[in-house]
Amino acid sequence: MDVTLGTITLQAIQSAAVLGLAPLLVGFVRKIKAQILRRQGASVFQPWRDLVRLLRKEVVLAENASWLFRAAPYLILALTWVSASLIPVFATNLPFSGAGDLIVIVALLASARFVLTLAGMDIGTSFGGIGSSREAMIGAMAEPAMMMVIFTLALIAGSTQISHMAEIMASSQIGLRVSIGLALVALMMVALAENARIPVDNPSTHLELTMVHEAMVLEYSGRHLAMIELAAALKLLLYVSLISCLFTPWGLADAQTEGWMAFLAGGMFWIVKLLGAGVALAVFETSIAKMRVFRVPDFLGAALMLGLLATLLLFVSRGL
Amino acid sequence: MSLVCCAIFLVLSACAVVFAGQAWARVIVYGGCALTGFAGLLSALSYLAGTTPGGEWIFPLGLPWIGAHFAVDSLSAFFLAIVNGGAVLASLYAIGYGRHESAPWRVLPFYPAFLAGMTLVVLAADAFTFLLSWEFMSLASWALVMAYHRVRDNAQAGYVYIVMASFGTFALLLAFGMLAGPDGSYAFSSMREGIRAPWQDAMILLFVLLGAGSKAGLVPLHVWLPLAHPAAPSHVSALMSGVMTKVAVYAFVRVVFDLLGGTGWEAALVILVLGGASAVLGVLQALMHTDIKKILACSTVENIGIVFIGLGLSLAFQSGHMPAMAALALSAALFHVFNHALFKSLLFFGAGAVVHATGARDLDKMGGLIHRMPVTAVCLLIGCAAISSLPPLNGFASEWVLLQAILQSPALPEWGLKVSIPAVGCLLALSAALAGACFVRLFGVAFLGRPRTPQAAQAHEVDRFSLGAMAFLALACILAGVMPGLILEGIHGTVQDLIAGGPAPQGRWLSLVPVSEDRSTYSGVLVFVFVLVASGVTALLARRVASSALRRGPAWDCGFPGNSPLFQYGAGSFVQPIRRVFGARILHARESVEMPDPGDLRPASFRVDLRDPAWEGIFLPISRGVRGVAERCNIAQFLTIRKYLGLVFVFLVFLLGVLALWT
Repeated sequence: MDVTLGTITLQAIQSAAVLGLAPLLVGFVRKIKAQILRRQGASVFQPWRDLVRLLRKEVVLAENASWLFRAAPYLILALTWVSASLIPVFATNLPFSGAGDLIVIVALLASARFVLTLAGMDIGTSFGGIGSSREAMIGAMAEPAMMMVIFTLALIAGSTQISHMAEIMASSQIGLRVSIGLALVALMMVALAENARIPVDNPSTHLELTMVHEAMVLEYSGRHLAMIELAAALKLLLYVSLISCLFTPWGLADAQTEGWMAFLAGGMFWIVKLLGAGVALAVFETSIAKMRVFRVPDFLGAALMLGLLATLLLFVSRGL
Repeated sequence: MSLVCCAIFLVLSACAVVFAGQAWARVIVYGGCALTGFAGLLSALSYLAGTTPGGEWIFPLGLPWIGAHFAVDSLSAFFLAIVNGGAVLASLYAIGYGRHESAPWRVLPFYPAFLAGMTLVVLAADAFTFLLSWEFMSLASWALVMAYHRVRDNAQAGYVYIVMASFGTFALLLAFGMLAGPDGSYAFSSMREGIRAPWQDAMILLFVLLGAGSKAGLVPLHVWLPLAHPAAPSHVSALMSGVMTKVAVYAFVRVVFDLLGGTGWEAALVILVLGGASAVLGVLQALMHTDIKKILACSTVENIGIVFIGLGLSLAFQSGHMPAMAALALSAALFHVFNHALFKSLLFFGAGAVVHATGARDLDKMGGLIHRMPVTAVCLLIGCAAISSLPPLNGFASEWVLLQAILQSPALPEWGLKVSIPAVGCLLALSAALAGACFVRLFGVAFLGRPRTPQAAQAHEVDRFSLGAMAFLALACILAGVMPGLILEGIHGTVQDLIAGGPAPQGRWLSLVPVSEDRSTYSGVLVFVFVLVASGVTALLARRVASSALRRGPAWDCGFPGNSPLFQYGAGSFVQPIRRVFGARILHARESVEMPDPGDLRPASFRVDLRDPAWEGIFLPISRGVRGVAERCNIAQFLTIRKYLGLVFVFLVFLLGVLALWT
């Protein structure tokens, strides 16, 4: 893989684009949800305005907060950002993509979760503890399910290198298979759980019995909270991009061979996919209720079983 | 060279017997062990680097006319490096840690003997020497487990350990007996040439699994680990968990890969399933315990399971004639052996520091230690992240290579393997995710939050020797994770000697490419640099753009003032969701709450009952059976001399009858 000035620029554009667009995606989902509920809804730019406002505010830190609590937001954002930069959103074979494959991306997100759950326990209040404890349970179910999805796709594509996987999925040699469908459903369930969306968690709740993610970050304020919110938005964008580049890999340009027009087209395709996923998420979330915390294992267990079934079906099914 | 080191260990051990009471004996023994171990480490590394030749030595010791064979090849050199490296750091740690020993004469003489035993096992090149050294190692470690024999439960731990260790040696004895064949060739070199029937191979494999598996802690023979490992002083726990289990892995690899030269695919499947079961059951038990050293001992079961998944996978590929993939899986297993030695030693050192500082082993008696023990906290945090297999640390690198090997499984010819290896991969992913939760809990409850007891609030940092050993190991965890290529390069010679036709060395230090660039690449150093740069950039941007105002205030108390530290999430409450999901089915976890009646002043109580399926299902019935038989035979103790003579006579007639029928 050649590393030239051009590909480095492309990589920089991607890294900046994911960071810039992530809050807009969150704003878009909120807007659509409000529209479905016949409300006006805040502007799509509201999450960015919130972030800027948070950055300007002072940080109120608990008396016994340690250095880990203060370092965690930056580390979480960095880990999420690096893994988002590894995903081919509009162009494959970018220079970063050789640094890690799909397993590395998932493991980087697990690292971010590790840091976040630790930060939730640092102050020593029940709220942080309940959030961390539940997040640990969700992670323990979601990560194996995610790994089974990766297995399925890796066995189909013969690779875990995500650029290469996207190219193979885009080519006509794969065709329609039952396993791909099962893996898609499992991955969507994992994505809902990982991003603390309904029905697993509610991003806009402040009722202690139902909170997971919000409970962990309850003690954060000011710029620290801004980093955490940005990381959460980035994670949503990451999962949407991941699903779209694996299951709808149309329009991806090859950074090594193609020219600017292809990249522009790839970017347009990406934004259309983001908008589509945003609408789908909003419709799904308004049409379903949040489930009890102890029903979540059933939900994620189903995802795990779907992933395992998808892997096993690979051996008996044929592509259409 | 390594034999000289053994001799020095034994001399130190003898000296310690004489001078253990003196205050300076500690420094001499541990300092001597550290230096000797360092010399052994250098000689092992120089062999691995190819600068010193190996060789075989025969001493006129042991059995007459056979002698004691010792040999160094690439496999024993790799494990020698682990044993001696562990010895150096544990001894360094103990120079400081041993200062607080109440009865040094119970530890000092056995410690060098234990090191000598482990080194001798790895060096031995004939069955007799191997078994003798193995038993020596077991007994020395048993003496160390019994160092605090007056503490409640330690005597029972020692009893269970000695029973399991004797059983393991017995199984190995049978395995070597079958390997030696009818003409009794004890040397490993002649065992390699032996021709055996398939059923003999299967029996040998079974006995080695029992013998080495019971030492390594493979499910269902793992029950002694969480009892015995925590009972010893912390530096010995580190050696037992981090190094002695590796010696057991060595025994397995030596017999199965070297002497037997591979197995059939059915046996590989059994090993894979046992490995997967150990990985999940080990980490689940680690999650349920609140004793910090028991948590670490249970997590050893998990990691041994991961190693055995790699070994089983390698055997499966070998039986399917895919040497390149077999070499990949074996490299992953050996890499994980190395990594586990690093981070488990680090975690046990940290646990020792914490236990010394707070005077308690229960996580629920700690809290807030990150403020009082900052250096220990940083080192232990790195160890926790490494064992949770998080990038860019070393635990992730070895699991990543293992997952890559698992992804190659569809190329295997047997359907049984094709279908079950992805399921084992699922168990591996589950155990990695649960390990993450387990070590968040360990670090979060012990080091974060508010102190739960006055002792925890008054904890103090440990001495410099201990901190030095921990800092070195933490650094090694980062380096091995950032440059995994370097370690794999070191393992490569060993793997190539064991698997004929393995791939050529890659010569890449920056990135791992197990099969081809199209399939998968991982570059620890790039990920490390990216994360550093990204967090630096965000922190810098936040500093430039954001307000830097900061105000300290009390934590939000939900409107209930007088927030006691006991309101925090503890070790038991943190794991409650996971216990409900996994524990109820697998470990029969039962929660019972006892609420006193209104007006009653008793405190309410909450209890969790756990049962280990292996303990309940295998060990208790066996022990009940043994007791029953013993009670039946008890009448034989009170007979008259006439009846005893009659018994002897009847038995003699019986034996003669057997002999007559046999011939």
